[in-house]
Amino acid sequence: MLIKKFDGIRSSEITDKDLYLNRRKFLAGVGLGAVAAAGFGAKELFAPSMTALATEKIDGIQKSAFSTSEKITPINTVTHYNNYYEFSTEKEEPAGLAKNFKTRPWTVTIDGAVPKKQKLDLDTILKFAPPEERIYRHRCVEGWSIVVPWIGFSLSELIKRAQPLGKAKYVEFTSIYDPGQMPGQRRQVLDWPYKEGLRMDEAMHPLTLLCFGMYGESLPNQDGAPLRIVVPWKYGFKSAKAIVKISFTDHEPMTTWNLANPHDFGFYSNVNPNVERYHSQAYERRLGEFRPRPTLMFNGYDQVASLYSGMDLAKNY
Amino acid sequence: MIRWIKFGVFLLCLIPFALLLWKFFGPHPTDTTTWGAGLGPNPVEALEHGTGDWALRFLLITLAITPVRRLLHFPALIRFRRMFGLFAFFYACLHFATYLGLDKFLNLHEILADVVKRKYITVGFLAFCLLVPLAATSTAGWIRRLGGKRWQALHRLIYFSAIAGVIHYLWLVKVDILEPVEYGIVLAILLAYRLFVWLRPTMSPTAVARPKVAVD
Repeated sequence: MLIKKFDGIRSSEITDKDLYLNRRKFLAGVGLGAVAAAGFGAKELFAPSMTALATEKIDGIQKSAFSTSEKITPINTVTHYNNYYEFSTEKEEPAGLAKNFKTRPWTVTIDGAVPKKQKLDLDTILKFAPPEERIYRHRCVEGWSIVVPWIGFSLSELIKRAQPLGKAKYVEFTSIYDPGQMPGQRRQVLDWPYKEGLRMDEAMHPLTLLCFGMYGESLPNQDGAPLRIVVPWKYGFKSAKAIVKISFTDHEPMTTWNLANPHDFGFYSNVNPNVERYHSQAYERRLGEFRPRPTLMFNGYDQVASLYSGMDLAKNY
Repeated sequence: MIRWIKFGVFLLCLIPFALLLWKFFGPHPTDTTTWGAGLGPNPVEALEHGTGDWALRFLLITLAITPVRRLLHFPALIRFRRMFGLFAFFYACLHFATYLGLDKFLNLHEILADVVKRKYITVGFLAFCLLVPLAATSTAGWIRRLGGKRWQALHRLIYFSAIAGVIHYLWLVKVDILEPVEYGIVLAILLAYRLFVWLRPTMSPTAVARPKVAVD
């Protein structure tokens, strides 16, 4: 008779991997159950308090001539309606799932067509230029838009310091890959890590923002903390979040959404009411408004039109 | 008795509608001083998705009636099939109305362009259109007028409506196809059952019914 040797650990004792990875959530659930069982917090259960934002006030913010005077979208909307697939494909979920996301220590690697590859600490980058408030329209390819008072400075401030070589024609942004912290990355919904890119002249345009705050404070985790870019004349997915690497290349970078669906998500993806991609892009719904409003060419940022003179924007969408 | 059960089921089927209405007009989930924000920052989108989800769910429930009543020998379930089917149509109407009125604000130009050019809208529109004759001929009078065989043949359109509905959802999502695939799997099982019955004449309802009569 074959007697199976007992190796000391019964499979029933091994914590399920999902449970282990979600132990905080599990504990929170147990805690919540205990609270409910104790008869407290019934109100909390039916109306969970708004996710606390672990943000810090930013000092010395300067105003910017690039700001729109349009009505700013309430912060609660901007922090609870996020397309951030690294956390979840449901827009209401990143607010909760990103709560404990670690944004310090944080370094950004600068490589590719530069004289020397370097790893910059986030706090070094933040001192490159004084913080400016830029109130920008932000238009999602899904057909909604918001007006956000971002805080940052022109990406060109960083690019200048990286001293890209003459052959650098494009900039590639790589977002963090950390499935331990980002549950959405445990599913291959997109090809992680998230990558985005700009042509050099787009990246150098003063409107292109290297962003680390909004509404007077540092960026909330679900909005791309600690460092993201904001390109207001392009659909939102072009504005990469939680950036860990900036590479200078001589060729057009492969970008995540373009890889997932080249027909709908082109490399340029400028806001364009005349080019139908994914949806008709002629109208948008400003969150908080009921009636759709017409979408403007380049999201109303006509000053970038010269970047594309001579280009067929129906082809190079 | 059955009338009361039917009434109860009817009320249950209205719950999703009541919840959507309540969230649409009711108090903010966290700030009870403001109203009409229960569906989040984009209520039109939430209403569109919510009504669409329930239209699909009721289509699947309707399609599940026949297999469940046969496999579980629970023939009384047939009395609920029409109600579920009509609720599928009800939620599909709400879904379509939300799209027309709230999403597109009755902009005919945009709507026509959508239906013609965007395949996911085209197929969704088809799914809705296929339900119209079914809802219209759902009464006992129409069964009599058409005759049982013809009525049944007409009502097989629900298969195609459900298929079109799932494809509509599948083509609508950008990359995360998990949910539409889940609906697709349930639908595939429900349709596979019918194919199975059709291919194996011994499994046909009359063949199954005979021993049952003897037992009764």
